[in-house]
Amino acid sequence: MVTNTVKDFLKYKPLLANLISRDLKVKYRRSVLGVLWSVLNPLLMMTVITIVFSTIFRFDIPNFPIYYLTGSLIYNFFSEATNSAMTSVVGNAPLLKKVYIPKYIFPLQKSLFSFINLLFSFIAILIVLVFVPVQPTLLMFLTPIPIIYTFFFALGIGMALSSLSVYVRDLFHLYSVLLIAWMYLTPIFYPVNILPDNFLAIIKLNPLYHFITYFRNVFMYGQMPTLQDNLICLTFAAVSFFLGVLIFKKTQKNFVLYL
Amino acid sequence: MNYIIEVNDVTMRFNLSKEKIDSLKEYFIKLAKRQLKFDEFFALKDVSFFIQKGEVFGIIGLNGSGKSTLLKVISGIYTPTKGSATVRGTIAPLIELGAGFDMDLTARENIFLNGTVLGFSKKFLESKFNEIVDFAELWEFVDVPLKNYSSGMVARIGFAIATITKPEILIVDEILSVGDFLFQKKCEERIQALMQEGTTVIIVSHTIAQIEKLCDRVLWLEKGHIKMLGDTQTVCETYKLSGHI
Repeated sequence: MVTNTVKDFLKYKPLLANLISRDLKVKYRRSVLGVLWSVLNPLLMMTVITIVFSTIFRFDIPNFPIYYLTGSLIYNFFSEATNSAMTSVVGNAPLLKKVYIPKYIFPLQKSLFSFINLLFSFIAILIVLVFVPVQPTLLMFLTPIPIIYTFFFALGIGMALSSLSVYVRDLFHLYSVLLIAWMYLTPIFYPVNILPDNFLAIIKLNPLYHFITYFRNVFMYGQMPTLQDNLICLTFAAVSFFLGVLIFKKTQKNFVLYL
Repeated sequence: MNYIIEVNDVTMRFNLSKEKIDSLKEYFIKLAKRQLKFDEFFALKDVSFFIQKGEVFGIIGLNGSGKSTLLKVISGIYTPTKGSATVRGTIAPLIELGAGFDMDLTARENIFLNGTVLGFSKKFLESKFNEIVDFAELWEFVDVPLKNYSSGMVARIGFAIATITKPEILIVDEILSVGDFLFQKKCEERIQALMQEGTTVIIVSHTIAQIEKLCDRVLWLEKGHIKMLGDTQTVCETYKLSGHI
């Protein structure tokens, strides 16, 4: 059973690569700057947000540009990956009805594509790092860890959404609202210490809060994450991933009948 | 005895929801009004048969008798509601030619896209690229977006890609009607060449003459049931006598 799944995956790996490279081609078709936009976009957004929050709403956050970029990197990846994964199965209905393809290819493709975008946005952070007095430490080499946690968390949610939305199309509309709420519940541009205690309790239930805090700790605060931090993040990522795979597996059998 | 294809008690049920309920609100309204009923439709009912390696197996029947559904169950697109279909070998399904073609991309790009959809590796496709274009006779247009192709040309490319490997099982669904007669002849020759090399073939056709010419055994489906299963001559004779020519 497991060996079959692996064999199947290896057989369709070229398709996965092909679909991702097509996504890239489509995304930057006919734009003059092309891939450069993936780096430029977060930089421009950061400029806007920094201006807004250093003049209108004043939060006392040192190195605000990095604070914002680290938060938005994680959140934007999560929101893009899950949102595009959600529509991936329904969007590929014509193909799924015609040939046999392992269906998980599609949410996986979208998550990986968003992951590539994340890597470009990461370049933006590195550029800003040069201009901001953040002391680089060796702990920065741990940054892949929170990103990997976030990836598996997003993949799980994406797989669950992509399969459930086949049966209940309302999810498409509902989820975009949910994402907005989720954004405000994530400390992307505000400091956690301005929150009242009861609100903080809610925020702590938000997995993205933990991923982002982990990311900031190793990237800008030079603070070693504890075992507890790791366990919390790992639990969120693992539960989401396995639940997502389970839901997908249970429901995929009848996809074709509802597409 | 190990058969290459085993179809065991396959039942395929579809819910023919008269209006498709796609949203929760609708669902609850219908549920409250007790209008939530599905008309069940059995496209296949308790179908069992076995195919041996190297056999050329025909499937006949009227429109809506479940032929295409059966092929989709065998090629893994549908999971049967009940029963199982076991396949031991690689399948080249010529059910929908050119699945996954992107009309905005050129033929060259589409060969790689469609090829990977069928599970071929990039390296393999590169090595077979010339052969594919040769067979489809489309060298002049290889860098033209597919949207500018005629439907016959698209089908040629699709056929050329799908038959580029030596599959262990070839599934042919009424596709020999694509292209002009010269290309049809070429397709038939290719299928026959594959048969000679021991490929197991499943053919669905409305042209009884074609079935009689090619097949070893024939399955006759009627409304999702097996009406008859046996050697080509007997089944075809009865089929013709029953009023379907």
